[in-house]
Amino acid sequence: MEPILKVENLVKRYAKRNLVGPPQEFLALDGVSFAVFSRSTLAIVGESGSGKSTLASCIACLELPTSGNLWFEGKNLAQSPESELRNIRPQIQLIFPDPASSLHPGWSILDIVAEPLILQHKLGRKERELRACSLLERVGLSAEIAARSASTLSGGQRQRLAIARALTLDPKILILDEALSALDCSTQAQIANLLLELQSFLGMTFLFITHDLTMAAHLADEIAVMSAGRIVELGPSAEVLRNPSHEATRQLIAAVPQLPRSSWPAIQQ
Amino acid sequence: MMRYLLRRLAHSFLLVFGVSVLAFLFTALAPGNYFDEMRLNPQIAPETLVALRAQYELDRPLPLRYASWLNSVLHGQMGFSFAYNSPVAPLLLARAKNTLLLTVTATLLAWALALPLGVWSAERLGRLPDRVISWGTATLLVIPDLALALGLLVLAVRTHRFPTGGMVSLDFDSLTASGKIRDLVAHMALPVAALILSALPLLVRHVRAAVAEVLHAPFLLAAEGHGIPRFTLLFRYALPAAANPLLSLFGFSIGALLSGSLLIEVVMSWPGLGPFLLEAILARDIYVVIGGVLFSTIFLAAGNFLADMLLYWLDPRIRTESASR
Amino acid sequence: MASVLDVQSLQVSYSSREVRPRPVLSGVSFDLRPGEILGVLGESGSGKSTLAASVLRLLPPNGHIGGGAVLFEGKNLFQANSEHLRQIRGARISLIFQEPSLALHPTIRVGEQVRQVLAAHQSGAKSALNEKTREICAQLFPQDSDRILRSYPHQLSGGQRQRVLIAQAIACNPAIVIADEPTAALDPVTQMEVLAIFRSLRETLGLAMIFITHNPALLSDFADRILVLYAGQVVEWGPAHAVLRSPKHPYTKALFESLPAISVEYEKSRKNQLPVIPGNSSLSSLPRKGCSFEPRCPLRMDVCTELEPALVNLGESRLVSCFKYKD
Repeated sequence: MEPILKVENLVKRYAKRNLVGPPQEFLALDGVSFAVFSRSTLAIVGESGSGKSTLASCIACLELPTSGNLWFEGKNLAQSPESELRNIRPQIQLIFPDPASSLHPGWSILDIVAEPLILQHKLGRKERELRACSLLERVGLSAEIAARSASTLSGGQRQRLAIARALTLDPKILILDEALSALDCSTQAQIANLLLELQSFLGMTFLFITHDLTMAAHLADEIAVMSAGRIVELGPSAEVLRNPSHEATRQLIAAVPQLPRSSWPAIQQ
Repeated sequence: MMRYLLRRLAHSFLLVFGVSVLAFLFTALAPGNYFDEMRLNPQIAPETLVALRAQYELDRPLPLRYASWLNSVLHGQMGFSFAYNSPVAPLLLARAKNTLLLTVTATLLAWALALPLGVWSAERLGRLPDRVISWGTATLLVIPDLALALGLLVLAVRTHRFPTGGMVSLDFDSLTASGKIRDLVAHMALPVAALILSALPLLVRHVRAAVAEVLHAPFLLAAEGHGIPRFTLLFRYALPAAANPLLSLFGFSIGALLSGSLLIEVVMSWPGLGPFLLEAILARDIYVVIGGVLFSTIFLAAGNFLADMLLYWLDPRIRTESASR
Repeated sequence: MASVLDVQSLQVSYSSREVRPRPVLSGVSFDLRPGEILGVLGESGSGKSTLAASVLRLLPPNGHIGGGAVLFEGKNLFQANSEHLRQIRGARISLIFQEPSLALHPTIRVGEQVRQVLAAHQSGAKSALNEKTREICAQLFPQDSDRILRSYPHQLSGGQRQRVLIAQAIACNPAIVIADEPTAALDPVTQMEVLAIFRSLRETLGLAMIFITHNPALLSDFADRILVLYAGQVVEWGPAHAVLRSPKHPYTKALFESLPAISVEYEKSRKNQLPVIPGNSSLSSLPRKGCSFEPRCPLRMDVCTELEPALVNLGESRLVSCFKYKD
């Protein structure tokens, strides 16, 4: 089977000028390669500053990589012109950690969900609203609240709304960049369940970017561990947790806070 | 640092250059010239007028006139005044000094008053001191500058406490050094007061708004939680955090005070640029007008440049931002 | 054992223009023992951040303390005058706020921000305070402490900023540190480092600590006792190991169950739906009377909709507010 997304030797370099001295180069991504198969979840874990978020914005076509290839449905996004990327972007949606800052506070919930449809000039007004309402119900928000403004929602509801908005244009890939980190534990569980449901019903592919190894292990088929702009370990979730081969992975595993009820075979080595 | 400084300087230079072009264009488009009045005089032959116009190059096309004016600016002359029959620069300089004395003093004093008043008002937001200050500034805001200046003049005449015109007394030259300073300060009191009163309400309101906005920032709450004393909290923590909009306002306030000053000078007969420019405009003494505009622009640009430098010095984030760009 | 801090039936409400005052804490009581780490567990809307702020009376202008007492060193802080309160803040009881990137002044060097805390409570020459600042920071930054002291907050990493906040909090050798979600913005490795710092500070300085978090897993191997807050009320209180191993209140139980775990049978449960607490604890979904957890409770009984449960003593210093239990 062909992977839906194939990343080959992706490099992203930032120039950083200092007050004195020559400009320094900063390698945010240092030759990243992996492949994701349709309907599966790849978790990308790592410490802050390891390049996870840069990877996310490169895959979402929000930033151009310095070099390397990004294959999505037979097209190399790293080499595509802007006009083509505009058609690709709706298919790869990005969800941010804090939905409050990425949702317009004054708009009604319905407007927020329907806006991508307006931008794409699809459907008439009536159909747009019907579609928006069905999406809201799909993510567990009742259509009754559609007229309210987004600022009245709780953190978990806002994240549901962000997911509904991302789903409007039928994306193939959903990139979740720390999408659960800002939420309470009980809300995290609710959203995690929603994601699993969406995957099995809609056949979506997830890139789950997080520093929460426990949630990554629960949601993902494969885990990739990033450190200093590289993927240092990649494999099936259980395999990575049981036999971590890289120091960065072991550190992450050791740092996972655990309730005393569960045993943790991986760190009892 | 150098890069940021140079870029800001280049901006200022472009601004001054652009204004000089516009000033030239507008004065040329305005009807009439200095010699029009002479046309009514039967004793002056039309040929003489033509010759005069040629002598002062008023008959040449605009771009050429601009080029030769630029040349004279580079030689420190700024064109030629018809009325004074002398290069413009020395004439302007003598008056600009007086205007600067007023404007700089008024700017410094207005800010020295506005900062504590605004901070106090923001700290007591919605309580009595804030309401009194808000009411006071609102009242001052609706009084036109001219009425303010006239009111002060009336007050001065009634009380006989302050001289009501000019810059120095008639016997100025015979005074001792300290007497001279006292005399100058007494003469400055009224125009400076009028300028401060016209600028103060706006400044206080902006300081109040800017400080009120940061007053509930988490880092101020944290500082309060560490027991930082109120005064340090307000002036060492809150005010610098609110500096960004206020420094832009600082540049703007210099411009406002400068144009306000031109009016006040006329009303209070202060020997600055105001009366001088008014006279030149009425007489169509165009190079004086252009010179005056240019002077004001340079002053304004210098003020904004100063504000940028202060911001650069106060906010380390701008430093790294400009370094990484 | 005498307690260093005694909070008695604390009542706090927030007022707003549109609606009637909204209670955030209703009758919260607890005590803090010397050298103890008390974990306060609560989700958004539980009032946990209000709890931290109201102990030192640092509520926003619309916050109102409706009743109760905070007893510290023989005095009720709710009756202290503002200067007395200022002398306690940062010197005897210090606070560490949630977001290390927001809790530091953006345009003042961090060394100066630590020094200002010292200067607020100690007299002395500037050079002496500078020396003291360096000493404190050397504890938290074994390497590079001079460079960090000269830095501005935006030049530091999240973990470094959190250490600066800790330096501020311990600068004057306080008796109590209250930390409100101090590690929420950090990645797990840095989070563990910060928790280790807290543990060693407790050993070396003997300070007592209130550690507020929404993540129960963080409290294991860390807290001595745990106070669980739900909708502004204490629902469970007891020794940490007992609460974490066998939670008694239905809310605590359900919360722990909703955490994914990596156990021996992990491969079987992966990608299964997690057991969740239905609904949310936002104000609009709270009942007007009865137990506030009743609408979401899997074990609700008739009495729960009518009466508010009181705290029941289960022995071994465990308290639970639920009608399932009797004294």
